[in-house]
Amino acid sequence: MTTTVNPPTPEQQQGIGTRLRHGREAISQRWHDAPRWVRWAALVALIAFFYALPNKEFYQYLGPIPTTGSNFTQVLFTVSIYVLLAVGLNIVVGFAGLLDLGYFGFFAVGAYTVAVLTSPSSNLKTLWPWLLVVPIAIALTMVSGIMLGTPTLRLRGDYLALVTLGFAEMIRIAAVSSDFLKGQRGFNQIPHPPGKYADGKPFFGVLDARPYYWLVLTLIILVVLGVRNLTHSRVGRAWISIREDEDAAQLMGVPTFKFKLWAFASGAAIAGLAGALFAGKQNFVNSQNFELLNSIIILAAVILGGSGNIVGAIVGGGLVAYMIERFRGIELFGTELYEYRFLFFGVVLVVMMIFRPQGIIPNRRRAAEFKDRRKEVIVGE
Amino acid sequence: MSDTERTPVVPAQADAPMVETLPAREPLLEVDHVTLRFGGVVALNDVDFTLYKGEILGLIGPNGAGKTTCFNAMTGIYQPSEGQIRFRGEKISGKKRHQITQLGMARTFQNIRLFPEMTALENVQVGADAHHRTSVVSALFRLPRHRREEREGREKAERLLEFVGIRPRMHEFARNLSYGEQRRLEIARALATDPVLLCLDEPAAGFNPAEKEELLQLIRQIRDTGVTVLLIEHDMRLVMGVTDRIVVLEFGKKIAEGLPAEVRDNPKVVAAYLGVPDDAA
Ligand SMILES: Nc1ncnc2c1ncn2[C@@H]1O[C@H](COP(=O)(O)OP(=O)(O)OP(=O)(O)O)[C@@H](O)[C@H]1O
Ligand SMILES: [Mg+2]
Repeated sequence: MTTTVNPPTPEQQQGIGTRLRHGREAISQRWHDAPRWVRWAALVALIAFFYALPNKEFYQYLGPIPTTGSNFTQVLFTVSIYVLLAVGLNIVVGFAGLLDLGYFGFFAVGAYTVAVLTSPSSNLKTLWPWLLVVPIAIALTMVSGIMLGTPTLRLRGDYLALVTLGFAEMIRIAAVSSDFLKGQRGFNQIPHPPGKYADGKPFFGVLDARPYYWLVLTLIILVVLGVRNLTHSRVGRAWISIREDEDAAQLMGVPTFKFKLWAFASGAAIAGLAGALFAGKQNFVNSQNFELLNSIIILAAVILGGSGNIVGAIVGGGLVAYMIERFRGIELFGTELYEYRFLFFGVVLVVMMIFRPQGIIPNRRRAAEFKDRRKEVIVGE
Repeated sequence: MSDTERTPVVPAQADAPMVETLPAREPLLEVDHVTLRFGGVVALNDVDFTLYKGEILGLIGPNGAGKTTCFNAMTGIYQPSEGQIRFRGEKISGKKRHQITQLGMARTFQNIRLFPEMTALENVQVGADAHHRTSVVSALFRLPRHRREEREGREKAERLLEFVGIRPRMHEFARNLSYGEQRRLEIARALATDPVLLCLDEPAAGFNPAEKEELLQLIRQIRDTGVTVLLIEHDMRLVMGVTDRIVVLEFGKKIAEGLPAEVRDNPKVVAAYLGVPDDAA
């Protein structure tokens, strides 16, 4: 039961990467060693901070943190959506070790489900209220995840990456060219979430992004609690064992296909929820909202944050989305820094891969292990 | 500890081998004329033997003889090209790997294959989960089934870690354990699936004599709890000391089968191990 930190072995002192990992373990060790009330107080303070953040009275004292080139509360909403997506993708990539390159496709399914069923521009003309459609959007996204996963999750490795990439592209092209999904023209007048102030003004209005941010923040907390429950159970152990060694997992009695499908479906459901929230805030959805690059950004966020770690995903998602927006309106040598945002992420990712490659562990380590093991077990069926 | 059905911690009995208990032999695993080819390589050539309930069977042979391949065929990793394998009377072929495990077969690996980024405890819990039914919904809402199975799995895992002697290290990541601890952890993880048959692939590889002696005791204790053991091992002394019967493979063929003493004196086996010039074979 003792929770001693391992004395560093010479091996652990070698690379900066391993030293960083050791540092991270030491920090988490101190966190876990802190008395319960300290941890609770810190957590409550942190959450309170994020609820207070979009208020001008609060953030005006935060120096350079608020963005200059764009509306800060607006940015916070975008960031919160990315955090939610990162938490969802982390289940798929981080825990189950499934490389999903088209995660944003599920976000699109969620957003379009809401658009089609609520907007007056839709051919269906159902005009259902937003709140009713959210569960439908989540369910449909889950179904699309299961449909995509059923044939592909039996395969291993790179196939999944390719198929998911294709899926996101398919959704995007359907959005651009299908008449049903309205292409560039898009869907407008998508209803907002319900709720009114005492004076009759709607809580979720057009100008103020704060209520949407608070809504997403609250949902992030709920989703994180749920994901945490999963990871501390048979389900989470199955996911991680699949990531660590799929053959060994099967031979220890883990029905790997079933749990991979669950990981896929849970991740998809969260993306669907994020899409529905986005549509409900945005009022307008068209094909330009769903570029492939977004999938890559979220993946980069999960990897940067440290995949397989819920806190890491939150930090990664928040940081990446925030940095992109923070670059807006900053000029360097006559060009806006925003133009170079992806170059910046490219560099950061390369540096990360060199100094802390465990971000992308699942696939990389599997590749390395595969080499030593060829003699004993062939990976693949 | 005493309130659970299968408590593996039983005092080690004297070394009385079960050689003479031939009556009432109930077949547990039947390897029925199995041939397995990899392209041109015949890794198993018409291999045929039966494993009986309660015994410790040794599977030996020189490097590349096909021992590990035999394990892989039994556990559903490879499908035999010819012949079939029956476990508890049921055909293995067509079953999923996890179903074979749930049927009561568990194994360790020649090249250790733990889940390195999980703690020792979690590794064993994965094994214990083999018979759990907690679904995503009951885990999500922490329903009673989840709590009960979680508690039960945790207790079982701690007990097994105690049994193999690495309980003090249970919160350590598997990758941080020493080589010997990792080997023990693999055994604990396999035992957590409640096996009827435990297959050990060179569990003593890389052990010093003292560690081998401990392992020997451990294997006997496992057998004494009613688990049948199939053991691949290169160390002859260890094999002779612990097994009830031995099957010898060479170049994918069974060349001998019998009591340890018989096998040891079998000229074919001696030749296989010492190497005989081609023209003399
Ligand atoms: N996946 C595979 N593909 C091709 N050949 C294989 C494969 N697995 C095993 N073999 C070959 O089958 C033969 C038997 O290998 P196996 O690993 O079963 O031997 P072993 O008896 O376990 O040997 P060792 O004592 O070295 O572990 C070897 O010639 C090996 O090269
Ligand atoms: Mg072998």
